[in-house]
Amino acid sequence: MEDIYSSPKSKCKLVKTRKSKIDALLAFSKSLHIVKHKGKSFENNLN
Amino acid sequence: MELQLEDAVLIQNYIQGDEKALEVLINRHNQRLTSFIYSKVHNRSVTEDIFQDTFIKVIRTLKRGAYNEEGKFLPWCMRIAHNLVIDYFRRNSKMPRFEGHADFNIFSVLGDDKLNAEGQLIKSQIDSDICELITELPADQQEVIRMRMYQDMSFKEIAENTGVSINTALGRMRYALINLRKIIEQNNIVLTN
Repeated sequence: MEDIYSSPKSKCKLVKTRKSKIDALLAFSKSLHIVKHKGKSFENNLN
Repeated sequence: MELQLEDAVLIQNYIQGDEKALEVLINRHNQRLTSFIYSKVHNRSVTEDIFQDTFIKVIRTLKRGAYNEEGKFLPWCMRIAHNLVIDYFRRNSKMPRFEGHADFNIFSVLGDDKLNAEGQLIKSQIDSDICELITELPADQQEVIRMRMYQDMSFKEIAENTGVSINTALGRMRYALINLRKIIEQNNIVLTN
């Protein structure tokens, strides 16, 4: 009789976001400046 | 506990302008947050998009000084990611995706108005043939046909620019088209797409 061998698969897959995406986030962070004026916040994105 | 404290220190440093602190925070929580999102959406590129959107919200909140959950950075990020995942599913349920499979391809019934590669080649050939044919016309007819067809000018504007009446401009256009047809017929030129 044929045996079926199967390894139990974990439902939890560990993945990481690529470096390019993280670099884009860091660049976004560096370019973002918040200016506060009369209790209001204004975002400046200086690329 | 120590890890949470370190997060809190890094957040403070980042708020005070240390961009490197953000990099440490992102790299520290990259795997847990990405895996959390992936476990919900099961799509690598969607996961990375949501991860990025999550941190864009985090960055905006921190830079605005609106962060007030000291010591609970990761759960806060996960909550943001969770909300974005819900948004993603809501958006997708409104706009269901259709993907082709072996016996049915959605693109066999859907199409756009653009010409295919062959059609574009034929069209550009016809356009260049017509340009050459126009050079065979008398100068005044060439002028009026170029102004009308290529510069999209009205007959009133053509008349003003060439110093003739509108009727003359119309007449030149008429003769230009008659002459073009004659040249095409005489030379058995086929201009079809």
